[in-house]
Amino acid sequence: MDANMFMQHFINALGLGSLYGLIAIGYTMVYGILRLINFAHGDIFMLGAYFVFFATVQYKLPWALGAFIAVSGTIVCGLLVDRVAYRPLRGAPRISALISAIGVSFFIENLAVVVFSGMPRPVVQPPLLMEAFSLGGIRLVPLAIMVPAISFIIVAALLWMIYRTKSGLAMRSISFDIETTRLMGVSVDRIIAMAFAIGSGLAAIAGIMWALRYPRVEPFMGIMPGFKAFIAAVFGGIGSVPGAMLGGLSLGFVEIMSVAFFPRLSGYRDAFAFLLLVVILLVKPTGLMGEKLEDKI
Amino acid sequence: MIAPVNAGHARRNNILTLCAGAAIALLLWQAPGYIDAYKIRIINLIAINAILGLSLNLIYGMGGMFSLGHAGFMAIGAYVSAILIITPDQKQIMWILDPIAPWVRDMRAPFLASLLAAGIVSAIFGCLVSIPVLRLGGDYLGIATLGFSEIIRILITNLTPITNGPLGLKGIPPHASLLMSYGCLAVMLLCMTRLMRSNFGNVIRAVRDDEVAAKTMGIDTLKTRVLVFTLGCFGGGVGGALMGNLITTIDPKMFMITQTYSLLMIVVVGGLGSITGSVVGAVLVTTMLEWLRFVENPITIGSLNIPGIPGMRMVIFSVLLIAVIIFRREGIMGMREFSWGWLLRDGKRGGTQ
Amino acid sequence: MRKFLLSLLICIVVSSSAFAADDVIKVGFFNCLTGQNAFGGQLELEGVQLALKEFPEVLGKKIELVVVDNKSDKVEAANAVTRLINRDKVSVIIGTYGSSLAIAGGEVAEVAKVPVIGTSCTNPLVTQGKRYYFRVCFIDPLQGAGAATYAYKNLGLKKAALLVDVANDYAVGLANFFKQSYTKQGGEIVSDMRYQSGDQDFTAQLTEIISKKPDIVFLPAYFAEGAIVLKQARELGATFRFMGGDAMDNPEMVTLGGDAIEGFLYTGFAYAPDMKDMNPVAKKFTENWNKAFPGKAPNGNAALGYDAFLLAVDAINRAGSADPEKIRDALEKTKDLPTVTGVTTLDSDHNPQKDIGVLEIRNAKKEFVGTVIPE
Repeated sequence: MDANMFMQHFINALGLGSLYGLIAIGYTMVYGILRLINFAHGDIFMLGAYFVFFATVQYKLPWALGAFIAVSGTIVCGLLVDRVAYRPLRGAPRISALISAIGVSFFIENLAVVVFSGMPRPVVQPPLLMEAFSLGGIRLVPLAIMVPAISFIIVAALLWMIYRTKSGLAMRSISFDIETTRLMGVSVDRIIAMAFAIGSGLAAIAGIMWALRYPRVEPFMGIMPGFKAFIAAVFGGIGSVPGAMLGGLSLGFVEIMSVAFFPRLSGYRDAFAFLLLVVILLVKPTGLMGEKLEDKI
Repeated sequence: MIAPVNAGHARRNNILTLCAGAAIALLLWQAPGYIDAYKIRIINLIAINAILGLSLNLIYGMGGMFSLGHAGFMAIGAYVSAILIITPDQKQIMWILDPIAPWVRDMRAPFLASLLAAGIVSAIFGCLVSIPVLRLGGDYLGIATLGFSEIIRILITNLTPITNGPLGLKGIPPHASLLMSYGCLAVMLLCMTRLMRSNFGNVIRAVRDDEVAAKTMGIDTLKTRVLVFTLGCFGGGVGGALMGNLITTIDPKMFMITQTYSLLMIVVVGGLGSITGSVVGAVLVTTMLEWLRFVENPITIGSLNIPGIPGMRMVIFSVLLIAVIIFRREGIMGMREFSWGWLLRDGKRGGTQ
Repeated sequence: MRKFLLSLLICIVVSSSAFAADDVIKVGFFNCLTGQNAFGGQLELEGVQLALKEFPEVLGKKIELVVVDNKSDKVEAANAVTRLINRDKVSVIIGTYGSSLAIAGGEVAEVAKVPVIGTSCTNPLVTQGKRYYFRVCFIDPLQGAGAATYAYKNLGLKKAALLVDVANDYAVGLANFFKQSYTKQGGEIVSDMRYQSGDQDFTAQLTEIISKKPDIVFLPAYFAEGAIVLKQARELGATFRFMGGDAMDNPEMVTLGGDAIEGFLYTGFAYAPDMKDMNPVAKKFTENWNKAFPGKAPNGNAALGYDAFLLAVDAINRAGSADPEKIRDALEKTKDLPTVTGVTTLDSDHNPQKDIGVLEIRNAKKEFVGTVIPE
């Protein structure tokens, strides 16, 4: 493999990995606080992509406005899911919330089939983002650089929020001990809702960029990315925001590079991703950057 | 798991169970003459789902090990059984992508032996997988088993000379008759009740409820869990084999994570840790999914034509599922078991272990 | 709880009383109306509905169409066929898009001895060794060979690469038949890449293929996937041509693929609304379709749905009865029946010999390039 080709693979992996990372943050934030694997997260991501499709393609709104509408709409959906399906189950055994999450996931997917129809729809990419140029022998479109750049800026902003603001402090405190935090006068439900809002917002942003990069929306598009992002969150250490990003990038690189170095085994690409998951769990169950979590009873 | 109130009751209960069993057997034996094949198929599916639900319940409800890998073990069972009972000639024709591996082609076994083999191979895989991953607790275990299940599926998809890849296997002889499925279910119920009433049943519960305490009592907790997991995988393999025999074709896509989800629903709706609960869960979830088909059919009322709405069935099903979880989170049966005493109202109502 | 169980029992007993009226002939239809293959199934349903409008009666009785969704799922497909046969007591069944679904449904029909007419299930295994399964489309070995012949002989392209969904029976089968025929003719396969259903990122596989410099890439994907593969390929600077199979034939493909799909070739059923020398049946079909579904272009799937219904009506007429066994015997003798996708004659394996159409996307429109005879 020559250097150019490697760089091409590198750019591909960076783009894919940073999208996984963005989705993974939603999993990680909810899990860090509630110990709940939010199986509906991939479907929230799908909603984000659909909203931006409707805003920009169907109603021909400008991209910036469309993105804003999509993010707000998705946040509302994320909050609704929490309010209706998860909040009544706080304090219930975790399996109940998990089954509820699976139910919500089915619900969103099939409602999307009913409302949006099962037909995949095309997303129109802004031509400005798609004008190819050459950089030292590799071919690039601006979008390929934009996606990781935006992702990193968002992660930086989120880290600032978690470590430098009061709400962030409350969030970290809840993940440490929910009851004590409540006693300290923190409105726990509000902070949890906030975590859902941030997670859904990021899923929407990932959905928008996904729809730009792989320009098509369909009701089941969230399943695989959701799955992969979940692996990424576990790999990076579930509960850790930088870990989620790192996990996403690692997964992107494993997937792309497994094909790059072992083209004959390209059919096993997803198996490599899952193998990575199993190996990290066996070697370091808390993931790359996770801390030991006490199981809450 | 109820200690009978007295010996007289115990004898009465055993007789009642035998009578009920005989009555059900008679009904099932006669059923094909009276109800159509479509309903027979659903009733059959209930038994197979109950077997699968029970095996998952053994791992998760009784053993306390959160496994999301059941679909993978089902797949192994289904493929082992199918490969063993399809004739070599049929296999030779079916592998149209890559030539079939000769040892796979020449393998043959009668149906019951294939069922046993399905269970055993699944159990061996389960055992191998469980030894490393059972050191993990809680959700991590679920995630790791999920990973294994997906790896199994991808391997089946890619290993064409052995599994015929994505084409799957067709023309599996339909051995899963009503009596066969319910016979397997009866055996499974008997074994599980026996198991959970035995001392080892207590050990399993002890390990689930408090691992540290169990350890201090001198129980080898890892060994117990590996054994329970392996037994559960055996059940999963047998259930998968029966499923293949009922549908008569299998392919890797049948064994995706959604398959595990539906089993998990059966277990949770019925009641985690309840043997009869899983049976009730299988009845409810299976019939509900079938019955809800009507919402997707076009309905004609007089001259009014309401077109069917695709996707509506799963929307309603998921709403019902969420409602059950929110309003009756312990499931229909909770941790209780069905018992004659409860039905006939002697002693206190129901009982916990 | 006891009350509940009791009422459940009563429900089961009471609900088992559906019977067929004598003055109608029931034709069952099972297809993917939801799920991943919903687009093809829906078009086939519309094709059937159009045919029903034209032929509402047979043997002086009204035809009643019973539609069941198989949700693009094998278990559901088997259930759907069981339901059509036992509850609705249909005389003949039409369906489905997706060979694996047809195979699952076919097993049930085989046992119940009710004939099924396949629409666009092109895998050879669907009718192989089956007494009751028939179809109106060509089979994949023929299609793969047709594609290979067109690429190698007609276009003179000597180096091909494959990009195949490894979890998709249709794709793997078709790719295999293409490969066999292409290498036999003297072509070289320079790269054989795989992906899994549900994947949306193909950049790694495409980068690898680009580095091997093929003349053409054979992509036997479903259209929704194929369209974004093409987009990503163009984004990565790929200049070679792409070729696909009948599953790419969908009016939505052009909207999904945009510019990237320009010049895309695919083999398909020999019908397109713009084809030049249309047979009379196809002409009539196109006219009626435009009246019934204005603004929606028909395609090969719609045509095959229509054709399958024609086959059913023809067989019922010749059988002179609604008895499934007699219809089966009549279907087996289907000969020289004019249908939209050409004249249909079923061979001993219940497959018709049909032309393989080659279509190309030109100026954001699919154009019927012509037919090809596979080598």
